[in-house]
Amino acid sequence: MSDTGVMAPIRERLGRRPAQFGGLYAGNARAVIERGFRVIRTQNWGVIATGFFEPVFYLLAMGMGMGALVGAVPGPDGQPISYAMYIAPALLATSAMNGAIYDSVNNVFFKLRYSKLYEGMLQTSLGPLDVALGEIFMALFRGLLYAIGFLAVITAMGLVTSWWALAMIPVALLIALGFASLGMAVTSFMKSFQQLDLVPVVLLPMFLLSATLFPITVYPEPLQWGIMALPLWHGVELMRQLSVGYFDGETLGHVAYFVVMSVIGITAASLRLRQLFLR
Amino acid sequence: MTRQDAVAPVSSGVTFSGLDHVELARRTRRWGWLHYSRYRQAAEKPFFWTAFVTAIGNPVLYLVAMGMGLGSLVQGDVDGVSYLWFVAPGLLVATVVSTGAQFGTWPIFGGFKWMKNYLAAQATPVEPWQMAVGEGLAISVRMFVQAFLFWLIGLAFGAWPGAASLLVVPIAMLASMAMFTPLMAYSATLEEEGLQFNFVQRLIVMPMFLFAGTFFPLASMPAYLQWIGWVSPMWHGTQLARIVSYGMENPPWLTVVHVVFLVGCIVGGLLVAARTFTRRLVR
Amino acid sequence: MSVIEARGLTKKFGDFTAVDAISFEVAPGESFGLLGPNGAGKSTTMRMIGGTSLRTDGTLTVLGLDPETHGPEVRASLGVVPQQDSLDEELRARDNLIVYGRYFGLPMDYLKPKADELLEFAQLTEKANAKVSALSGGMKRRLTIARGLVNEPRILLLDEPTTGLDPQARHILWDRLFRLKEQGVTLVLTTHFMDEAEQLCDRLVVIDHGRIVAEGAPQALIRQYSTREVVEVRFGSARNAEMEGVLREMTDRIEVLPDRILLYDDAGEALLDEINRRGLNPLTSLVRRSSLEDVFLRLTGRSLID
Repeated sequence: MSDTGVMAPIRERLGRRPAQFGGLYAGNARAVIERGFRVIRTQNWGVIATGFFEPVFYLLAMGMGMGALVGAVPGPDGQPISYAMYIAPALLATSAMNGAIYDSVNNVFFKLRYSKLYEGMLQTSLGPLDVALGEIFMALFRGLLYAIGFLAVITAMGLVTSWWALAMIPVALLIALGFASLGMAVTSFMKSFQQLDLVPVVLLPMFLLSATLFPITVYPEPLQWGIMALPLWHGVELMRQLSVGYFDGETLGHVAYFVVMSVIGITAASLRLRQLFLR
Repeated sequence: MTRQDAVAPVSSGVTFSGLDHVELARRTRRWGWLHYSRYRQAAEKPFFWTAFVTAIGNPVLYLVAMGMGLGSLVQGDVDGVSYLWFVAPGLLVATVVSTGAQFGTWPIFGGFKWMKNYLAAQATPVEPWQMAVGEGLAISVRMFVQAFLFWLIGLAFGAWPGAASLLVVPIAMLASMAMFTPLMAYSATLEEEGLQFNFVQRLIVMPMFLFAGTFFPLASMPAYLQWIGWVSPMWHGTQLARIVSYGMENPPWLTVVHVVFLVGCIVGGLLVAARTFTRRLVR
Repeated sequence: MSVIEARGLTKKFGDFTAVDAISFEVAPGESFGLLGPNGAGKSTTMRMIGGTSLRTDGTLTVLGLDPETHGPEVRASLGVVPQQDSLDEELRARDNLIVYGRYFGLPMDYLKPKADELLEFAQLTEKANAKVSALSGGMKRRLTIARGLVNEPRILLLDEPTTGLDPQARHILWDRLFRLKEQGVTLVLTTHFMDEAEQLCDRLVVIDHGRIVAEGAPQALIRQYSTREVVEVRFGSARNAEMEGVLREMTDRIEVLPDRILLYDDAGEALLDEINRRGLNPLTSLVRRSSLEDVFLRLTGRSLID
């Protein structure tokens, strides 16, 4: 049968793919990203904007209100800094985490279990990896917007003192990538809305305890080790170092933590999506 | 050609014992709100463990993080007492009011749009205003329990100076109702997908939590931000809670204002909710 | 040369065998039906054809390719209309078609006119900018079918295309599917509606518990497994069973269902006259032509809808 018609060149391209991609990847994550932007365009911009306010409110309330009670706090290099300077980088890291989790857990859960969006996508010539990559990209895009906005706010407030602070944007993306990919893998196991309620049960303590609002040295040592095993602490410390441009041996450790987390997350998410959709 | 011939076995029939429908209607007219609130509490059963873990976990978490962790950075006393004593009543009220706010949004909206709870109840003699009151009653019981659990856990942390602090429990319930009932009235009017709740959460509840004097005295805020406290049930509740807990000094007229504000929100909220429920269901 | 060829196709979920060694072929341009009750294994078979379900055993080729190893290539030639609409609720009707086309890698300058053409085909031109949630059940179904046509598929897979639709919406949809068939599109559809199978399928297989129990053209199956006519009588919940003995003597084959009795006979009217003449007084009675429903009852001893 001779292959003609509008799909002929596409079938031809698909046929040329490396065999190991098989049913997994069609090289068209771009289409999933396009869909994401089309949705954002029609979405309520107010909702997106309010996501940006959350860390700003925290910064204003805690920085001003608590700052008056707390006074100066030791910074990453041991020099005292104002309380607002202390919490600002931590809030950026937290906001990267929250944004990524919201997109990769709540949104993905809904699309997976209720709206059947991914089922529809996989009836086309897309593969599960196209979908995963496209969705993670969209999570990072939202994170990028928030990171730029928040960095602008804290710079205007004079809370960063180094050009290294510009690196906070790519680092926010790295943090978001780690959380988004791992979050997506975890979400693939979720079956009910009640399980979704467990997400804040994990995130809220991590936020409150990971050296965001006060140093972990106030805890007994075993608890400190526990906190240091969690991802947010690494993100917070890394951001804090960048905000003043101070680095030490731990800096690379923090970066490595998120690189490893992202690799594990993406691998696990792709494998799980394959299991879910190619049963 | 018949197609829908279901093959369900034919049962022997349904009993008709001659219920007194007039008497039933009279009883419902009088007690429908109570019946509805019992139903509402029963409907929460599947969520019991999530709710219980949250009700225990939240106080522990906030008292550890804010009371102890953040408190260790605070230099000297706040309002004449330790930071833990200062922040504990605020945390109790703020967390209970936040839960009240949550109950006032998605569950009410979802009850109309997805679960059709209210439509189901409407097919019985229960009237819309009774559903609104019943909702409020059920939630207030729940809030009372949650506040009491917080208070108990606070005991272990030494967060309460005296026995009078037990009064923070009804105060927190009052404050959470002052938040819940107006939100309930609003949620009953929403038809679309509930995007508005994003704004409620991020532009109303969240700023109240942060700016309304929970973590620091309202006075340490710039004057142009203090109004957030004044319009917030959270602040009024927190102030009352501080008075009964560690004897915060407060002019008597202002104490009266706190109480009147909270009661006013509840009564006003219920009146409007009765209207919005009726308008939504009877049209 | 067939466009779909299945040999000993098997799918197990743990201990449960959903599809049990079925074999069939679909010729180009044919309208082929998989008929059976809920849970018979129809949807699983459809998913294996699209390469979104991995078979446990057997062979399967779609347009000469194995969907398992060449999923994207196979689906490039397929249009899929799933049992539950999986429309993109966050996009408007027309954007649903365009974005879906992009998933296939189709270019924009092809998709824009194509979307308008498909909206017209689905009688949704006025709804082009409507939100998906604002469409009725029938409209959503038609939009899903239009979406399945965006890549000009050679084979259209329809899983329960009219389940849940009201009679009028069903007829509109059948009309659209007839037109596609006239244009030479191969249709593969599952259904548990007998009239749908009779209307749309050139040939069908009857599936029960994952196995093929009969195969042929609808009329041929009826001729083979049933009589020309059927008499349906009801005697009320108490008397149905007690009438069984009398009725059984009046014709070759009867079926006693919980709510009614079916009598199979080539001369239905005469048989009903006889029943009335004997004074058996059924509460309701009706003579109708045999349908695939009767074929299924004969083959499996069960009704299709339960």
